[in-house]
Amino acid sequence: MSGSSNTGPDRVKWSIAIAVVLLYALIPVAWMISLSLKPADKLSDKAFYSGIDFANYEAIFKNDDFIKALINSLGIAAISTLISIVVAAMAAYALARLDFAGKAVILSGALAVAMFPPISIVGSLFDIWRSVGLFDTWAGLIIPYLTFTLPLAIYTMSAFFREIPWELEQAAQVDGATPFQAFRKVIVPLAAPGVFTTAILVFIFAWNDFLFANTLTSTNNARTVPAALAFFTGNSSQFEQPIGAVSAAAVVVTVPIVIMVLIFQRRIVAGLTAGAVKG
Amino acid sequence: MADIVLDNVSKQYPDGFEAVKDLSLEIADGEFVILVGPSGCGKSTALRMVAGLEDITGGELRIGGEVVNQKAPKDRDIAMVFQNYALYPHMTVGENMGFALKLAKVDQSEIDTKVHEAAKILDLDQHLDRKPANLSGGQRQRVAMGRAIVRNPAAFLMDEPLSNLDAKLRVQMRTEVSRIQKNLGTTTVYVTHDQTEAMTLGDRVAVMRAGVLQQVGSPMELYNTPRNLFVAGFIGSPAMNFMPATIEGDTIKLPMADVALPPGLRESVGRTGGSQLIAGIRPESFEDASLVDSGHMANGTRFNANIELVESMGAELYVHFKVTSDAELESDQLRELAEDSGAGEVPRSGEEGEIVARLNPESKATQGQELELWVDSTHVHLFEAASGDSLTST
Repeated sequence: MSGSSNTGPDRVKWSIAIAVVLLYALIPVAWMISLSLKPADKLSDKAFYSGIDFANYEAIFKNDDFIKALINSLGIAAISTLISIVVAAMAAYALARLDFAGKAVILSGALAVAMFPPISIVGSLFDIWRSVGLFDTWAGLIIPYLTFTLPLAIYTMSAFFREIPWELEQAAQVDGATPFQAFRKVIVPLAAPGVFTTAILVFIFAWNDFLFANTLTSTNNARTVPAALAFFTGNSSQFEQPIGAVSAAAVVVTVPIVIMVLIFQRRIVAGLTAGAVKG
Repeated sequence: MADIVLDNVSKQYPDGFEAVKDLSLEIADGEFVILVGPSGCGKSTALRMVAGLEDITGGELRIGGEVVNQKAPKDRDIAMVFQNYALYPHMTVGENMGFALKLAKVDQSEIDTKVHEAAKILDLDQHLDRKPANLSGGQRQRVAMGRAIVRNPAAFLMDEPLSNLDAKLRVQMRTEVSRIQKNLGTTTVYVTHDQTEAMTLGDRVAVMRAGVLQQVGSPMELYNTPRNLFVAGFIGSPAMNFMPATIEGDTIKLPMADVALPPGLRESVGRTGGSQLIAGIRPESFEDASLVDSGHMANGTRFNANIELVESMGAELYVHFKVTSDAELESDQLRELAEDSGAGEVPRSGEEGEIVARLNPESKATQGQELELWVDSTHVHLFEAASGDSLTST
């Protein structure tokens, strides 16, 4: 970080600090991977490495419950992300660009929703969903996910929209664009880093959620991976310890998130607006 | 191609602030008109109303004979060059220039032809595939111009397009803008706060102050016959010198000398009924008395001045000297000018005011020494202090 970190004791100090933090953060992950690769009879070994055995992975991918949960997770998270991004982009644009009555109320309302503890509504949602037929459906999970991700998405994106010089939009209008064309062809491409950042945050929220997934589902119909893991019994045998299988499943659900972040981090970091206006 | 008519156009913001008051201006087809004034005078707002980026709260705006008050910018067939260029950073130079045509659903092959034509005019053909971020300031400015040219619009609107360039490039682009406008013959409205740009570029110049149009005319008209103190002080560099003046019979008593009242002025001075006057003398109306030829000498008055500062520009010489005034004068217009640029201050009672004179470079003026100067009385402007109106130009 600092200019002098290339040489001397600073560099050593930083390296040690970084190593400590990485170790602290990654040990549980490493342990999980190690567990998932252990042969069934070595599970209680205290050793970090006791052979590599893909049996656990084979088992979970033969398990219909897990496959179904994986599909549910992917589908629900993807749909929630898509809807959240489209709605939040338009709302954030309006909040960033327009002056209208009640703007402050909407913003503070959104913030209040984001701060609301999910646990406090989950009970009543359970009742409502059962009576309106949303219980144990994809929509039944997508709706609360939207509720909790939209405020965050709107906040993040309106911050990005505010960064974009207003002249660009006016230039587009003078060039003959309708307001919607100006939004779609000029503003959205420029806000792409913001859109991707927000998309990842929303996706992670939906993907990781356990509370709603556990409470508002009862079967494979809509149960997502975090909830399914809790009901996991390994290779469908009650007498086997499912730790190995659970670990393998946990590794599998972590992979999509890691891939997404790796793909998009470049776009997130890229400052696309460079050169738009004279700085 | 079209004419633009502003008919008593005004802009009032919801908080009651009136940015533009009853602006009436007719811009003929193909004319290059400059809107000039200090910051906050409403010139940009006026331009943005023509563009359709700002609502018009009163009056009528006609482009090509058609009332466009309610029309969206895209339906007005105008192109605008923004102060910060507003290039689309995610598009290449070529895409930036062709964007408007693409929106208008023009054939890609025709877009390419037009973009290449414009790029050739602006010397941008090498850079069509580059992104704005990789261009220099001058190149970005040209892309912004190119985006306007490609469309062949009814009018160009330019909002201080050169103010982000460095001094040298600005002069270069100024000629460029002028050349392009002359070649294309497109009606152009150009906003600037720089009076040099206004003087050099425009067919006509409109000076604005506090939302009110002060005077419209050719650059020389504004320079020679400014209608009021504000225009007189704003146009010209170095600015016109102002000082209190009193009339006694056929002479104008100025702090440094008495000069003859030009015959044409007697009547208009009489009409003011002895109200306070301010005299305005341009720097070039002074001369080193020893260098004035005898034929001209009679047109003016000689006086001695203590030279405080000599600035030699090579082709001309600026000398600064002080005069003491004994009159108490107040003028809103001059105060505003002084706030904006430091020019146009009138010496208050008992205070000293500085006068700048432009002399022939052969003058032997030296700092700290007394020099006999000559002032051309036929070029003295007189203004009524209270209203700021000129007695000379009407």
